[in-house]
Amino acid sequence: MTAAAGTRDEGRGGGRATTALLLAPASAFFLLLLLLPLAVVIVYSFGERAPAGGYLPAFSFDNYLNLAARGQAFLNTLTLAPLGTLLCALVAYPLAYFLAVRASPRIRTLLLVLVIVPFWASQLLRIYAWLLILGSKGIPALLSLVGIEDLLLVNTRFAVLVGMVYGYLPLMIFPIYVSLEKLDKRLLEASSDLGARPWRTFLQVTLPMSLEGVATGSLLVFILLMGEFIIPALLGGGKVFFIGNALVDLFLQSRNWPYGAAVSIALIAIMLASIVTYMRFVLGKRGQRPNAFM
Amino acid sequence: MPSGGASVPVVQFRDVTKRFGEVVAARDLDFEVRAGEFLSFLGPSGCGKTTTLRMIAGFEQPSAGEVHLEGRVVNGVPAYRRPVNMVFQHYALFPHLDVAGNVAYGLLQRTPRPPRAEVRRRVAETLELVRLGGFEKRRSWEMSGGQQQRVALARALINEPKVLLLDEPLAALDRKLRRDMQIELQNLQRRLGITFVLVTHDQEEALSMSDRVVIMREGRIVQIGSPRALYDRPADRYVADFVGKSNFFEGRVERVADDSLEIRLASGALLAAACPAPAPAAGAAVSLAVRPEQMILARAAEGLPPDAALTVGARVLNRIFLGEHTEYLLASETLGEFLALVPRQSELNERPFETGESLQAAWSRAAALVLEER
Ligand SMILES: Nc1ncnc2c1ncn2[C@@H]1O[C@H](COP(=O)(O)OP(=O)(O)OP(=O)(O)O)[C@@H](O)[C@H]1O
Ligand SMILES: [Mg+2]
Repeated sequence: MTAAAGTRDEGRGGGRATTALLLAPASAFFLLLLLLPLAVVIVYSFGERAPAGGYLPAFSFDNYLNLAARGQAFLNTLTLAPLGTLLCALVAYPLAYFLAVRASPRIRTLLLVLVIVPFWASQLLRIYAWLLILGSKGIPALLSLVGIEDLLLVNTRFAVLVGMVYGYLPLMIFPIYVSLEKLDKRLLEASSDLGARPWRTFLQVTLPMSLEGVATGSLLVFILLMGEFIIPALLGGGKVFFIGNALVDLFLQSRNWPYGAAVSIALIAIMLASIVTYMRFVLGKRGQRPNAFM
Repeated sequence: MPSGGASVPVVQFRDVTKRFGEVVAARDLDFEVRAGEFLSFLGPSGCGKTTTLRMIAGFEQPSAGEVHLEGRVVNGVPAYRRPVNMVFQHYALFPHLDVAGNVAYGLLQRTPRPPRAEVRRRVAETLELVRLGGFEKRRSWEMSGGQQQRVALARALINEPKVLLLDEPLAALDRKLRRDMQIELQNLQRRLGITFVLVTHDQEEALSMSDRVVIMREGRIVQIGSPRALYDRPADRYVADFVGKSNFFEGRVERVADDSLEIRLASGALLAAACPAPAPAAGAAVSLAVRPEQMILARAAEGLPPDAALTVGARVLNRIFLGEHTEYLLASETLGEFLALVPRQSELNERPFETGESLQAAWSRAAALVLEER
């Protein structure tokens, strides 16, 4: 009896040690590279700008009270990031659907590779390409041939949106593709058997059962878009400013580190709040299904 | 039984063939399903049962021939427009809906959509019907296999289909539960008067539940008939072997008389048998099918009936106790190895035979079926 119990305990102890060992790298990474810098940023955000730029220890809320000075950047980010996520989902869904449901296996592989290929080129390069396409020698030049003159595409919100959707589409396509791929085709037959026309089957079975993928993809894209700065810098031409751009500016140009830290913290807080709300909403709708979603 | 359109069959297949590329899954199917009957398709794996069922449901369209529902050709009509419903092999319940959502699904597809209160009432009624009253809020993963089975049944029944299609509905259940569900399905079918078409590879299931059974083999229909007719008068050796167990003894027709045949077995023994309907020609190769329970065993020749077709000496090779029966595997010079089934009742009167014991075996003339080799 006792011997058996002892063995079992040992076994469990060994399991725990293994678990700890396996989790150690991730924990160390988390602690050193995420939490520590975050702590530094929080401390900085209550400080003052040193006369020559940088950080001077202090404890004031001025930086936070002054956030409204970057209101436009916040506004741009908070409208264009969700809008970009939505557009991304709208464009990605039909494509993922085609890949998972309609395409023959050969075409499917080919298209999946094509979706990834652009990632092999640097993001900067790909955005420059869009600068050329949308710039005065690109689409506007073509349109002027058919009589549509003086169309300004680059340096607009539109250009930024195009760039964002283009840049993050694959991140949306893959989770949706996976959720559609593993959808049991017999459920679609069952729906049809019970009298649902094809589009109702889509709305009542396919869509709800692939929302998991849409939610995952949206979360990914949304988080990355909130921190985006290259796309607005290049395609927005300094007119469509994101928080990311404000941060680059504050840390590298005007060297107001404490204020930049406060803006960062505000961004993180907003992101956390919206993600928590979003997850609540998604999970709440799906009920507590085991082994689904995270 | 509901009469409705008098004698119009609910489902009719006319020379239906279904190909998947090179594979011919169903070939020249010609049968009808009568209103209110319980029809089963029985055959080994891959013989085309599911394909046939899916052509009734509308998931597959025939490559040739016509499918009729209630007298109308439905070739090309999609599943959602056909007044039939299906219980899928692994239930295929919607995981994102609770039990009520699953069962109500069929009703909610109608235009105009029925009022909420009516939907709720019908769902409750239908769940009651399959003895799942009060399970509305459950999720499919919170239920046992048998309960999921009932939900699938309720979901398919709520639309009051003209035909209920069941694809191996009980295959995933354990033996005891399967037995209970068989009885329940049969009762349900009688009570509702809905036509049931069931697919199975379990002969016991097909024989015990159905009014008629369709035996399939390699995409073709071999025989259609009531369970009793299939058992007593199998069309050929395949059916005799598939529907219940049978011993087969090969031989040649030696002489054809008015109502009896003389058959010479491979071992040289000569015996008499009742003549089948189209009498085989003299010299034709035939098999003699004798059901194990028709074999009569005795320690001495006196215990055998006087009208025995053939009496042989045999030795017990093996004995299996099956509860109400004991199955003996025997070997004889004339017949080779064969099976005999002895009811427990007769063993209570006499001492059971032991392995290695020598005894006499026989069958009466009427018990043996003569099947022409094809
Ligand atoms: N969609 C399909 N594509 C190609 N071949 C198919 C398809 N569906 C069925 N078949 C083939 O048709 C034949 C009959 O299949 P079917 O599913 O009807 O058999 P079954 O009698 O239901 O067998 P089981 O008892 O194993 O379910 C098989 O050889 C199968 O491989
Ligand atoms: Mg099958």
